[in-house]
Amino acid sequence: MNIHEYQGKEIFRSYGVNVPEGKPVFSPEEAVKAAKDLAQDVIVVKAQIHAGGRGKAGGVKIAKSVDEVEIYAKELLGKVLVTKQTGPAGKKVNRLLIESGCNIDKELYLSLTVDRATAQIVMIGSEAGGMEIEEVAESAPEKIIKEYIDPFIGLTAFQARRMAFKLNMEAGLINKAAALMMNLYKVFVEKDCSLVEINPLVITKDKDVMALDAKLNFDDSALYRHADITALRDETEEDPKEREAALLGLNYVNLGGNVACMVNGAGLAMATVDIIKHYGGEPANFLDVGGQGSAEDDAKAFKIMTADGQAKGIFVNIFGGINKCDIIAEGIVEANKMLGLKIPIVVRLDGTNFKEGREILQKANIPNLIMVESMTEGAKKVVELVKNA
Amino acid sequence: MGIFIDKNTKVIVQGITGKQALFHTKNMLNYGTNIVAGVTPGKGGQTVEGVPVFNTVEEAKAKTNANASVIFVPAKFAADSILEAVNSELDVVVCITEHIPVQDMVKVRHYLKGKKTRVIGPNCPGLMTTDECNIGIIPGTIHKKGHIGIISRSGTLTYEAMYQMSNAGIGQSSIIGIGGDPIKGTDFLDVLEAFNADDETKAVLMIGEIGGNAEEDAAAWIKANMKKPVAAFISGRQAPPGKRMGHAGAIISGGKGSAADKIKALNAAGIEVADTVAHMGETMIDTLKRAGIYDECHNG
Repeated sequence: MNIHEYQGKEIFRSYGVNVPEGKPVFSPEEAVKAAKDLAQDVIVVKAQIHAGGRGKAGGVKIAKSVDEVEIYAKELLGKVLVTKQTGPAGKKVNRLLIESGCNIDKELYLSLTVDRATAQIVMIGSEAGGMEIEEVAESAPEKIIKEYIDPFIGLTAFQARRMAFKLNMEAGLINKAAALMMNLYKVFVEKDCSLVEINPLVITKDKDVMALDAKLNFDDSALYRHADITALRDETEEDPKEREAALLGLNYVNLGGNVACMVNGAGLAMATVDIIKHYGGEPANFLDVGGQGSAEDDAKAFKIMTADGQAKGIFVNIFGGINKCDIIAEGIVEANKMLGLKIPIVVRLDGTNFKEGREILQKANIPNLIMVESMTEGAKKVVELVKNA
Repeated sequence: MGIFIDKNTKVIVQGITGKQALFHTKNMLNYGTNIVAGVTPGKGGQTVEGVPVFNTVEEAKAKTNANASVIFVPAKFAADSILEAVNSELDVVVCITEHIPVQDMVKVRHYLKGKKTRVIGPNCPGLMTTDECNIGIIPGTIHKKGHIGIISRSGTLTYEAMYQMSNAGIGQSSIIGIGGDPIKGTDFLDVLEAFNADDETKAVLMIGEIGGNAEEDAAAWIKANMKKPVAAFISGRQAPPGKRMGHAGAIISGGKGSAADKIKALNAAGIEVADTVAHMGETMIDTLKRAGIYDECHNG
């Protein structure tokens, strides 16, 4: 789960991680009031969307007066920002962060994440702040500094100091920076984060260390123990179909094409998207319906896939393992009857009891339901039908 | 033969009184798996499916001489169940449970250092040594005994691969689903090493997916150490960056973990990668033929 920058900064503040003073706003009027309250010469107006690359896309403005704050707030609110991470459709700006400007002396990078290879939390720092860290890792790997953290001991003071020294901070700032890192680690562990990233972490001209940005991702599997984090969810940032599917307990990712896929199992669902594309189709979605295959579950899935008319055909790709194909076939037939779908549904059933399953499909004699004998045949068939639709 | 488990493996089911656990316990017993005990705290003394239930893994092991366990405990408690099984010094612990918090698994992995126990999973279908022992939820009806080892991050793709190979007369030695989570007990390297040393196994099919770089590491290891031919499949070629594709670990993040990178690394190590999921069996056969061992791996 993702949250907004201002929400991340509120968490930082409560853990003693230094951030600029600021406030979220939803209208130009609120922006003006927040700017007046801050009473600073320089005010930063930052668009709040769940995507990086906002600065380059014009989503961050520096205002020198309250009037300028109002102008920028009017410009940004309601605007669709297209950044490197939003995709071509972009994201609509509904909230802004109105924040005190600060005199930057130096920009650094600092993050915490879980390293798969070592199964440890790793703190990553770099003097190349403000840049994309992946690009730094690619072009100048020597500029990336890492500290691997023992999960039973936690980040130690010497590791934090070592990071600060390696980032070439001056002596007077080492303890301040180390304390910030220790607090950041506390956020990471106590809130079950999967990523905490500050880019840039700045050293100000008046010798302070401050998080100018805050990107926090949380482990979905751990949300059950963080009601406070769950409450920060901004549903307007999520794909409406994905949100609806999640509420129904379905694992769905919108991919934008016109060949819908319904599959049992995450791995097979991913591979089904690939095979549709391999044979020249445009997959509409990833959908893992799980293994039960009741008519109700199938009906829910069909509904999600067809609700907006984007899908011109559906490929049902089922491998019966412990759940038998005949039961699954009955579910599909029933669900199709319930919804009265007209678009072609190509069904591949294989595995346990596949003969019985295919027989049920054949006997049902539904005009838009096409049974195939193999996955390859099914993928080719559905792509062909959608192309001719 | 085969790896990690065989006909002598004695299995405990942790969380045996749960609905899913009972269902799969029946399937495992039908397969012939030697399930000697169940554990559910507070339900010691009961018997389910003819299997005695104990309050702790320690007690279950002491009374039955079990050396393996399979965990069907809800995600909130599953990490603790793994620790309990490791603490009782079982040889193999298989965790089926999905959605265990990542940082819980970080601690589990740290606790595992220097311990004898091999943990498989979490979020995995388990493992099977054909016609000897089946631990987990792999269907017991689609395999064929033989000489191919299968390693996979996905349950359903494991079944697809078994089915495609069995239908083509290519049998399997051991089949292992290592799970779809980012932090897990056993990764490709551990399994490849075991298959390399197993006399029964003559070739390996490796099924990977987007996220992390375990496949790249495996490719490098295979090139340097593997004595047996390997074929592969990678799912998620069309996955958009930053989107989790079902499995917690199946996500391209920070420009890393794409299918294209993995396929490139595997090809560079001389490993043939199937074009589509429907071609896993054919690609394996092709690899066997090129290695000149098709006939000894093909048994009707």
